[in-house]
Amino acid sequence: MSFPFLTCIVFLPLAGGLLILFTPKKNVGLIKSVATTVTAAALILSLVLLFNFDCAKTSMQFEENMSWIPSINVSYHLGVDGISIGLVFLTTLLSFLACIGSYSIDTRQKEYFFLYLLLSTGMMGTFVALDLVLFYVLWEIVLVPMYFLIGIWGGPRKEYAAIKFFIYTLAGSIFMLLGILAFYFTSTPHTFSILELGKTTGTLTLSLQIVIFIAFYLGFAVKVPVFPFHTWLPDAHVEAPTPISVLLAGVLLKMGGYGFFRISFPLLKDAAHYFALPFAILGLINIVYGAIVAMAQPDFKKMVAYSSVSHMGFVMLGLASMTVTGSNGALLQMFNHGIITGGMFFLVGVLYTRAHTRDLDKFGGLGVKMPVYSGILTVFALASLGLPGLSGFISEFMSLLGSYAVFKLVTIVSVLGIVITAGYFLYMLQRVLMGPLNERLVSIPDISKRELFVLIPLMIIVILIGVYPLAALKYQMASIEAFIQKIGGGAF
Amino acid sequence: MNILESIRFIMPEIILLVFAIIILVSSFFIRNKNVLGVFALSAIVAASLYLPQSHKTDTALFFNMLTSDSFSLFFKEISLFITGIVVLLSMGYKELTEEYIGEYYFLLLNGTIAMLLAVSSNNLLMIYLSLEMLSLISYLLVAFLKNNTLSSEGALKYFLFGALSTGIMLYGISLIYGLFGTTDLSIISKTVNTGQMNGLVSLILLVMILAGLGFKCSLVPFHMWAPDVYQGAPTAVTAFISVGPKAVGFAVLLRIFTNNFFPLYVNWVSLMTIISIFTMTIGNIIAISQTNIKRMLAYSSIAQAGYMLIGFVVGSASGMEGILYYILAYALMNLGAFGCVILVSNSIRSDAIEDYAGLYKKDPVTSFMLSIFLLSLAGVPPLAGFWGKFLVFSAAIQSKFILLAIVGVLNSVVAAYYYMRVIKYMYLEEPKVEYIKQKSAPLQIALATVMAGVFIAGLYISPFLNWIRNSQFSLFQ
Repeated sequence: MSFPFLTCIVFLPLAGGLLILFTPKKNVGLIKSVATTVTAAALILSLVLLFNFDCAKTSMQFEENMSWIPSINVSYHLGVDGISIGLVFLTTLLSFLACIGSYSIDTRQKEYFFLYLLLSTGMMGTFVALDLVLFYVLWEIVLVPMYFLIGIWGGPRKEYAAIKFFIYTLAGSIFMLLGILAFYFTSTPHTFSILELGKTTGTLTLSLQIVIFIAFYLGFAVKVPVFPFHTWLPDAHVEAPTPISVLLAGVLLKMGGYGFFRISFPLLKDAAHYFALPFAILGLINIVYGAIVAMAQPDFKKMVAYSSVSHMGFVMLGLASMTVTGSNGALLQMFNHGIITGGMFFLVGVLYTRAHTRDLDKFGGLGVKMPVYSGILTVFALASLGLPGLSGFISEFMSLLGSYAVFKLVTIVSVLGIVITAGYFLYMLQRVLMGPLNERLVSIPDISKRELFVLIPLMIIVILIGVYPLAALKYQMASIEAFIQKIGGGAF
Repeated sequence: MNILESIRFIMPEIILLVFAIIILVSSFFIRNKNVLGVFALSAIVAASLYLPQSHKTDTALFFNMLTSDSFSLFFKEISLFITGIVVLLSMGYKELTEEYIGEYYFLLLNGTIAMLLAVSSNNLLMIYLSLEMLSLISYLLVAFLKNNTLSSEGALKYFLFGALSTGIMLYGISLIYGLFGTTDLSIISKTVNTGQMNGLVSLILLVMILAGLGFKCSLVPFHMWAPDVYQGAPTAVTAFISVGPKAVGFAVLLRIFTNNFFPLYVNWVSLMTIISIFTMTIGNIIAISQTNIKRMLAYSSIAQAGYMLIGFVVGSASGMEGILYYILAYALMNLGAFGCVILVSNSIRSDAIEDYAGLYKKDPVTSFMLSIFLLSLAGVPPLAGFWGKFLVFSAAIQSKFILLAIVGVLNSVVAAYYYMRVIKYMYLEEPKVEYIKQKSAPLQIALATVMAGVFIAGLYISPFLNWIRNSQFSLFQ
């Protein structure tokens, strides 16, 4: 058997977390270095994975398959293909960077880093699990640490935000559990294996597929989040500490989108065709509604949170088109959004630790005082609003291009969202960086080396994908083509 | 099998009785909680060593009054385990003074005998007698803090409810005797199998029997005693009552309904569906507003019984498997939760959920353990409680009880809220009350055992499933 890359990537953080439980509370330095080491090791492993990944293959790679509960056919089955490899890399990267970003946590560090690493394990596992029960277990493991991370280290309304997040996601995912069971009992022989179920896709009756689709939809839509299940998101994002907001926006939202890619669409293709138009319309609502609400936010972090709602709409739209271009765009959009919005939340955090406010009207003129910060903020804002040459443009454009071939009207209205997005990001830049300097901020220091260390890698990726999209697309193209072929979508 | 040969099958009961008497007598000289507790523990260990080995075929004992099948063996093992943990909890529970400690263990061991007899009874009369023995002992144990008004009030309520519901059950049994001319379940089931029963009559009979068993399992509408009893009883006794009689109640329920009256399934399935839905929903909704943790756990245990009942309603082999696994997981996590409650109440002299505020600061280990038990009760994977829910829900889906499955999952969302509320107080708030840390080795041993159980039954579930599969009725094999 070859080296179990995926098991190591998934469980290294947990091992580190258990180690932290046995370190003395006072030795914060040791705790931090353990956490950093394991997340760095996971990142390095995922880079090795990336280099050894065969882009032309559409089947699973680095597979690990062991029986877990033989009597009900549950197995410990991991693997990556073009759809998940990018998200695995995104998760390990953000876990590592947010871990460094977590150095500023100054209370109860031992518990923080333990929960943080448990969260990492859950997130990474979700993207590589190929057994529905394993997928569900790892998916649910994410909830508990997230509850504590928001509830203990969050802002003023942290308790409300934490329990709202917990109940919302639990309510969604518990229906997913019923969907999983329905899959099991309708397949012959009974199986939880995503790959096995994928082979017989479309053999269930349409009505049954629709029911299962809805059950899974409830689980995934809460996570994405799709309107009208998005109301937990602004609360959770705003109250969470900076590194956790980064992971929420950067990784957790992708779990929902990934679920659509891995389970809903390929395993229930007839239902997917049936729901394509409503799916696209929900994407449209996300794009336009999210953008309009973001525009109205006086709170910097809340604005970025709603911009996430808007950007995730492109994932829905691109996927619903079921074209090669649209789905490529949707998948890339998930990766790009993770990088860009992750960066945006870091940037908000940088400002917040200095000014202790997120009120956009309380800033102004920072371009003079913090030139480096301003430059980075401008790059990320422009990437987020979809400026050509930066990564956000590529994926949004591809999503729209793909969906235009199928849903003309919906796509045309969606473009409106891009205009509004440009509006609120530029307005934000104007209020924060330009104008007269706010007197309270006279002595504000520029970005520190540690913060730069976190942001520079993200910025490099933003620019790299912007000018050479194939760097990211090459990993996913073959798999997406096979995916579209399997669900019988348009070849465009 | 004649009586002499039968005796070796009730060796565990005899051992327990002998030890119980030794404890009672020696308590005149030794009034030490821990010494007597070790006596009681060794009784349980000895009894479990003498458990009869599993049989492929049923063995009729004492003129078919008792049986020794793998199903009863499963429940005997669980009952002994439960009592063992409860003895450890009692040793660490401070409210329990040493004045009547000999009597306490005597009653507890006799309660265990009643449990062992109830799960192996194959005759309605024997079932009634052993359940009544268990009930009477439970009333006494609940009232054990005799200077505490809550304890006495709880015991009185428990007694009145118990007397009424077992009375109804006894009346039902007498009607069955009138109809069939026997109380022997295996003879009755032969008659039932011929299909000569009138639907309405059988329904009335079964409802009457259900009154007695529903009381034991705290099913709605026979649940009203639970909150007051749970709150008033000494916490170690609450732990016992919340799992012991409940497991026994389900064992008897399964034996009577699923094994012997199964041909009448169509008559009781819709009634049981309604009871299951109400038990889950009422338990969960009332639990939300509780301020005392023992009361909250009382309502939670009502709701948990509702989930277990799903497996019973489904009436299939996988439903049975789900219910048995659920009982196992429930015993582990509920004993654990009450163990933590004892540990905390030793230190802060309070059971108010509010007083759990900031517990993580004072006692990180206990708050961690209590969180794990509560999360397991809430059904968060990969803990034992999750698989219990997983198995009963999957049985429901398999047999197309979709409504029941949906109500079940919605209920587990509601339940998550109040379990998380306790966790919120422990970790998200600052301490308010004085905390004088009290250590107790027996308590820690008990908690470590059930904690390990919750993780092992969650992560390495296969051996447990195999064990359960071997314990089902011949009906499903």
